[in-house]
Amino acid sequence: MEAAVLAAVDVRKRFGALAVLDGVNLSLHGGEVVGVVGPNGAGKTTLLNVLSGSLTPDSGSITLRDRDITRKSAAERCKLGVARTHQVPRPFVGMTVFENVLVAATAGGGKRGADAYELCVRVLEQCGLAHLANRRAEGLGLLQRKRLELARALAVEPAVLLLDEIGGGLTDAESAALVEMVAGLRDRGIAVLWIEHIVHVLMQVVGRLVCMDAGRVIAEGPPSTVVAQAAVIDAYLGGKA
Amino acid sequence: MQVQRWTRTSRWFGAAFCVLVVVLAFVPLVFDPDIVQKLTTLLILVLLAVMWNALAGYGGLLSVGQQAFIGIGAYGTVFFAGQGISPYPAMLLATVLAGAISLPISLFALRLRAAQFAIGMWVIAEVISIVVRLDQNLGAGTGISLIQLNQYEPNFRQAYTFWLALAFTVIFLAALFFLLRSPLGASLRAIRDDEDAARSLGVRVAARKRLLFVLAGLGCGAAGVLIVANTLFIEPTSIFSVQWSAYMIFMVLVGGLGTFEGPILGAILLFAIQTTFTQGGPWYLVGLGATAALFALLLPRGLWGVVEERLGLQLIAVGFRVVEKKPDA
Ligand SMILES: Nc1ncnc2c1ncn2[C@@H]1O[C@H](COP(=O)(O)OP(=O)(O)OP(=O)(O)O)[C@@H](O)[C@H]1O
Ligand SMILES: [Mg+2]
Repeated sequence: MEAAVLAAVDVRKRFGALAVLDGVNLSLHGGEVVGVVGPNGAGKTTLLNVLSGSLTPDSGSITLRDRDITRKSAAERCKLGVARTHQVPRPFVGMTVFENVLVAATAGGGKRGADAYELCVRVLEQCGLAHLANRRAEGLGLLQRKRLELARALAVEPAVLLLDEIGGGLTDAESAALVEMVAGLRDRGIAVLWIEHIVHVLMQVVGRLVCMDAGRVIAEGPPSTVVAQAAVIDAYLGGKA
Repeated sequence: MQVQRWTRTSRWFGAAFCVLVVVLAFVPLVFDPDIVQKLTTLLILVLLAVMWNALAGYGGLLSVGQQAFIGIGAYGTVFFAGQGISPYPAMLLATVLAGAISLPISLFALRLRAAQFAIGMWVIAEVISIVVRLDQNLGAGTGISLIQLNQYEPNFRQAYTFWLALAFTVIFLAALFFLLRSPLGASLRAIRDDEDAARSLGVRVAARKRLLFVLAGLGCGAAGVLIVANTLFIEPTSIFSVQWSAYMIFMVLVGGLGTFEGPILGAILLFAIQTTFTQGGPWYLVGLGATAALFALLLPRGLWGVVEERLGLQLIAVGFRVVEKKPDA
C-alpha cells in the first residue's frame, strides 16, 4: 500500500490524571475517507487536535508524508496542507462570511488577490453559503456556522481534511449532499478524517472505520466489519440503543 | 461576481478625512498658541488611543506598560538633543529608538499570557523609569527641560510641534489603515476575534503580534516625543506614569475596542472631559476607570460598536464585499 499522508504513532495525551489518548496509532492515505466513531469523551476531538497541532502530545509522533511534524505549530501544519473544522464552531464573529473564508485562503492556502477571491466564492457556493457572503458571521445559526467551518477548511485547499461532527442536525437531503461532497474531495485525492456520531451517514462514504473508546482504538477496518464487532456494539452502538 | 473594497460611504469619508487634515494644517496660522497647544494634546491622545487599540483590539495584547515607550520617546529626544543633534531630527531618532527597543522587549513580553503580559509590561515600564532616574545627565528624578527648543520663537515652535503631531498622527493612522487593508489585515482581524481558530487556519499569530507590538512601540514613542515637544519639560514620575495606560484604556474601551474609528472617538471624548473638568486627583481617575469598566461590561465594542451595528456604518475601507458583476459606485 502507498505510504500514509498523515500518521499518528503511539500518541498519548493526559489531562491531569485522565489518559485521554492512550497509545493511538492511525494512518490516513490520500484518496480515502476514514470515519471515527466512539462514545462521548472517547478522545476523538483530542486526537484531531493532536493531528492538527492545536495540542502537542505528551509522547508519540505525528508524521506528514514521512516527515515528523510533532513539534510544528497548528499554523505551519495548515500551511503544509492539514485543515480542520471545530466541533463547536469558532467563526470570526466580527468579520463577514466571505472574510472568514478569505483568512483561510490567504493565510493557510497562500493565495493572493483575485485568485483568493475566486477560490472563496467557489468554496462558499460549494458549501451553500454564497447568499450569506456579506453577512457578519456573528448572526449565523449553528448549522450555518458548521458550514462555515467546512468552507474555511476547504479554502485552505488541503491535502488532509479533518472533520469534527459537521453532519449533525442535517436533513436527509442535506446529509446526502454532504456525503457527496466528501466523496468528491476523496476522488480528488484528498485524505479525509471524519468524526461523526451518525454512523449510517459515515457508512455511505468511508472506506475504513475507526472506533475509539477511552483513549484507545478498539476496532478498525472495513465499516461493515467494524460495526459488527462485539466491542464496538458494547462501547458505542449498544450504549446509544 | 466581484469583490469590492471601497464603498460610497468609505470613499466620502476618506475624502473628508483628507480635507480635514489639510484644514488642520492651517490651524497654527489662524489660532492662538494656547489653542494650538490644546489641539496638539488632542492629536497625542488620538495617536495613543489608536496605538493601544492596534495592540489590544487586534493583537489581544492588553498592555498597561505602553508608558515605557512614551518615556523612551520623550527622554530619547532630550538625550539626542543633548548630544548636539538639532531638536527635530532628535525627535525622529527618539521615535526610531522606541521602536527599536520594542523589538527586544517583545522577545520577552510576548511569551507572557494575558494578565501576566499586562503586569509584565507595567514592570518593564517601571524598570526603564528607574534606569532613567539613575542618570544624572537626564535630570535624575527631578526632570529635565528640552532647552534646545528655546532657540525657536514660541509661536513658531508651537506651530512646528503641531505640524509634527499632525504628521505623526496621519502617518500612524495610515500605517494601521494600510496594514488592515493589506493581505495581512484579514488575519489581524481574525486574531482579534479568535486567536486559536486563526492559528488553525494558518495565521502566524506570534509574528503578527510582534508586528503590532513594534508598531505600537513606535507610535507610543512618537507620542512621547510630542509630549516633550508640547510641554518642554518632563520628569520620570509623570512621563512613565501608569496614568497614560489608564487614559489609553479609557479611550479605547469607551470608543470601541477592535474598531478603527472608535479609539479616535474615545480620544475626542477624553479630550472634552479633560478640558471641561479639572484634571488630576484620585476621583478623576476613579471616574475614568469606572466608566471604562462599565463600557467593557455593557458595551464591549464601545460607542463605535453601537454606531456600526445600528447604522451599519462602515467608514473605513478595510473590509471586502462580494457584489454581482456590476459594482454600484
Ligand atoms: N482541554 C481539556 N482539559 C481537560 N480535559 C479535557 C480537555 N479536552 C478534553 N478533555 C477531556 O478529555 C476527554 C476526551 O474529550 P474529547 O473532546 O476528545 O472527546 P470526544 O471523543 O471528542 O467526545 P464527543 O463525542 O463528546 O465530542 C473528555 O473526558 C474531556 O472532558
Ligand atoms: Mg468531540
